Amino acid sequence: MALLLEVKDLVTKFYTVDGVVNAINGVSFNLNEGETLAIVGESGSGKSVSMLSLLGLIRTPPGRVEGGEALFHSPQGIRNLLKLTSKELDDVRGGQIGFVFQDAQMSLNPILKVGDQITETLIQHLKLSKDQARARAIELLTEVGIPDPELRFGNYPFEFSGGMRQRVMIAIAIACNPQIVIADEPTTALDVTIQAQMVTLFKRLRDKLGIAIIWITHDLGVVAGIAERVLVFYGGRIVESAQVDDLYEHPAHPYTYGLLQALPRLDSKESRRLVSIEGTPPDLLIPLRNCPFAWRCKHVFERCWKEIPQLYPVGEKHLTACFYDLEKGVVRND
Amino acid sequence: MASNSLTPQSDSLLTVQHPFKDKLSYLFRLLRRDKSGIIGLAMFTVVLFAAVFAPYISTWDPLDQELSASRMPPASNVAGSWSHPFGTDSLGRDLYSRVVYGARVSLTVGFFGVLIAASLGMVIGLIAGYFGGRIDTIIMTPINLILSLPYLLFVVFIASILGRSLINVILIFGITDSPVFARVVRGEVLRIRESAYVESAISAGARWVRILFSHIMPNLIGPIITLATFEMSAMIFYEAGLGFLGLSVPPTTPSWGNMLAEGRKYLANYPWLMTFPGLAIMFTSMAMNLFGDWLRDVLDPRLRRARK
Repeated sequence: MALLLEVKDLVTKFYTVDGVVNAINGVSFNLNEGETLAIVGESGSGKSVSMLSLLGLIRTPPGRVEGGEALFHSPQGIRNLLKLTSKELDDVRGGQIGFVFQDAQMSLNPILKVGDQITETLIQHLKLSKDQARARAIELLTEVGIPDPELRFGNYPFEFSGGMRQRVMIAIAIACNPQIVIADEPTTALDVTIQAQMVTLFKRLRDKLGIAIIWITHDLGVVAGIAERVLVFYGGRIVESAQVDDLYEHPAHPYTYGLLQALPRLDSKESRRLVSIEGTPPDLLIPLRNCPFAWRCKHVFERCWKEIPQLYPVGEKHLTACFYDLEKGVVRND
Repeated sequence: MASNSLTPQSDSLLTVQHPFKDKLSYLFRLLRRDKSGIIGLAMFTVVLFAAVFAPYISTWDPLDQELSASRMPPASNVAGSWSHPFGTDSLGRDLYSRVVYGARVSLTVGFFGVLIAASLGMVIGLIAGYFGGRIDTIIMTPINLILSLPYLLFVVFIASILGRSLINVILIFGITDSPVFARVVRGEVLRIRESAYVESAISAGARWVRILFSHIMPNLIGPIITLATFEMSAMIFYEAGLGFLGLSVPPTTPSWGNMLAEGRKYLANYPWLMTFPGLAIMFTSMAMNLFGDWLRDVLDPRLRRARK
């Protein structure tokens, strides 16, 4: 599997009236071709902001991407996304990298026909003629499973159900044969049956078109269904990175462990209470000097208050940012 | 069809691409379903017809004086005659013909005044709203200043400096009314610019030109049309007001405002001198309000469904 995207030490800050919000504090990860990478974490953990930062979608001011690089191995060679001009970024966005947002209800312009919203992307990026774009748009609508695509092409968004709108958003995202689709909580606003349909659709498109998917979510249940690898975000940092099965079976970070404890399990025989993680997320206004999870951690000890833990390898393709070895129940010595 | 079960409201005409002719017939089908819209359109057509074909439907030259027959009552009165159905004014001019010709001034001022105000206001509002920040402050400060002035007083002041002519009246209304459009457009642009669909268009690679012209501008049509109809009827009112104060078109031009001004002196004894131009103003403004309301609903696909 060839490397597609290398993000190194991404730092994003928001300069607000209340102070500087340290939204992303040095995030590094890789994405391979055709891989599905899930990013999980609670609200404000920086999972969305990090993706928006990559594509220059952070509103400036107040936000600013202050450091790092994002090397995108595109057909035009390796390009640092953070250094592109806004015109070059326009070509990457929707062209090589598609985006699907959480709120499909609001993500389509209510007074433009659905078909026209698909064709405008095609015309801009692929320089298709109007008729070609129309034909391709109908093809795309079929691809994402919308019945009667010819008729639906001329509909307005209000004539679509929530799930169908999300399908249209997916059609727009994959319209120009992108290498990466970033899906920002694409199933959160949908009910469970539609969620399952979306996951199936994404899987089918991934296998058919070979698109790499970055799936942002806070739902670990959905992650198990689609992802190969998972990044766990906490306080604007990656605290754990693992293959999906490995993560569920051997969580190495107390936060990940806590998240899994908070999930109901269908396979356990005895009934048990769901455990919530005590405390609140870290205040990102305060610059980080120690482990961001120290305040809520059961295994916290002296070192956690003095240093920021870096990512340790704890297994094959398994990294965690914790000084405590959860499996053995001892402090790591390095 | 499977899709129909999902959206039972969808109109088969809405779901297919249509040439212009079909669209037009569709608009008329929508119009037929809406009583107030059709009444408004009919009333507005009457006024428009009067303005366009004034020479053919008037019975007298509106400037022809006949002093021996001055201040004749309307035909309903025993002293009236059908040769002057609305009666005559103090110089013996036929009131019916003058009311008919008056529609020309009112509609011209209303239409071109609003056209200028809306275009100017849209450009100003778009720039202020889209670019925001310091540009917004620089543009909106004088706009808010103008809006804080008492409107009629402001217009009277400019009109008395510029003097009486049709072009002046149109320009005065067009320019002084543009801040109203500018402010509404700016507000809409601010709202749309932050919307999720603009954000998702940007994330699909849309450049600012496309954001502006294909996402923001079409969303402005509804609010602008609504505002334009209200502003147009307001402008017709204000034009009549200016005419009443002797500041609108020259006194020789038959206009409803001028007729009100002339009739005021004789209101106690010859009320019809003011009644007929007054009714004409009311009729026109009502027509536009009814029609404009319908037009706005038709232009907004979201409301189109609700309206059915």
